[in-house]
Amino acid sequence: MTGKQPKVLISIETEAELLAHAHAIEQDALERYRMLADQMEAHNNPVLAELFRELASHEEKHAAEILSRAGNIALPDLRPSEFKWPGVDSPESAELDLAHYKMTPWHALQMALRAEQRAFAFFDHVVNSAGDPNLKAWAEEFRDEEAEHVELVERLLEKYPEPEPGWDEDDDLPALQD
Amino acid sequence: MNAPVSLKASDYKSDLKPVWCPGCGDYHVLLAVTKALAELQRPAHDIAVISGIGCSSRIPAYLNAYGFHGVHGRALPLGTGLKVARPELTVLVAGGDGDGFSIGGNHFLHACRRNIDITYLVMDNQVYGMTKGQPSPTTAPDWDSALSPGGTGLRPFHPLVIALASGANFVARTFSGDIKGTTQTLVEAIRHPGFSFVEVLSPCVTFRPEQREWKSAVHAAPVTPTDDPARAARRIMTDDGFNTGILFRGTRDPYSLARSDTVADMTAFERPFEL
Repeated sequence: MTGKQPKVLISIETEAELLAHAHAIEQDALERYRMLADQMEAHNNPVLAELFRELASHEEKHAAEILSRAGNIALPDLRPSEFKWPGVDSPESAELDLAHYKMTPWHALQMALRAEQRAFAFFDHVVNSAGDPNLKAWAEEFRDEEAEHVELVERLLEKYPEPEPGWDEDDDLPALQD
Repeated sequence: MNAPVSLKASDYKSDLKPVWCPGCGDYHVLLAVTKALAELQRPAHDIAVISGIGCSSRIPAYLNAYGFHGVHGRALPLGTGLKVARPELTVLVAGGDGDGFSIGGNHFLHACRRNIDITYLVMDNQVYGMTKGQPSPTTAPDWDSALSPGGTGLRPFHPLVIALASGANFVARTFSGDIKGTTQTLVEAIRHPGFSFVEVLSPCVTFRPEQREWKSAVHAAPVTPTDDPARAARRIMTDDGFNTGILFRGTRDPYSLARSDTVADMTAFERPFEL
């Protein structure tokens, strides 16, 4: 997946449905960053493990905020097939297939940037397709937050230059056998 | 909206952290299995996940359901026995291409033939990953590696052709990176009566790093599933190895054994040995 706009048209009908999607987006992103942190821990990349845990804690906070802001609106309990994701996965979930045991903070933040961009695109699409003014207002709020997250990750990325080619080279290749 | 859902995908994950390599396709498969189980809303105590040996065969440990990590190549006999003894359980058998098609190849043929109502999920990465990169039955003949200089020169095993020819009642292929598609296919496979076979192309990024490109190579098969084995066979003969989707959805009744018969037989069988 990339940070591009959704390819498939989605239609979110109600505020409750939008809130359920917004909450799931953050929850899925949180779980994904935790998975990546665990992978980095298991493969002796402590810098990345810490970074992914930090990203997970941000998503956890966002998920809790959505539930709190929903107030009296009861979120529908959706099965996996009932989520209207435009791609193959929840939009803010980091791409597991791009993980590498020697990846650097630049790679992790690029991953986070694309995830935030996909979440922005999702809510932007809801803003542009919503008929109900309340639904549109919620979607605008979420979209603007995602725009802030995109800017935040872009600022963080300024601290980390893109690694030189060969960053993934390993003198102790796992395929080599005695 | 539908009725409230009580079980989430995360409820089917165990507390054990996977030790697969970062980037491994099996992480996606784990997510898809948990989502499929959440879709089906089967309580964990009604599910059993059986495996053999290999990287992908670790999956029962990472799931919150009954699990059995068996011996190499013998996941299907274990799953078959369990389903016959406990037909009310949802039995999911999982493993890799080495486990399932080499040492377990004979069991694969007969599991298809017997058509017991279980689902067999094979995470195919065309290599023995756990033992450091030997060619497996599905490896291309020209795959050149330190352990197979110049390639094996052997024609690869074609799991979908064999499954279809041997009598599997549901045959499909998915790509691990397509979490949504793999989830939907697994749901259909589990719901479909009889032996369901799902090959999941699941890259091994450590020993087959070129498989990271599979996500650009896979494509949905431009056909709808058929219940006609002859038509499915014609389609699979022109397969490029990257078509995904449900190839065959058969109508054969699954094998079943009435429990009362089993008990009666066992009593008669044990009588001569009574002290």
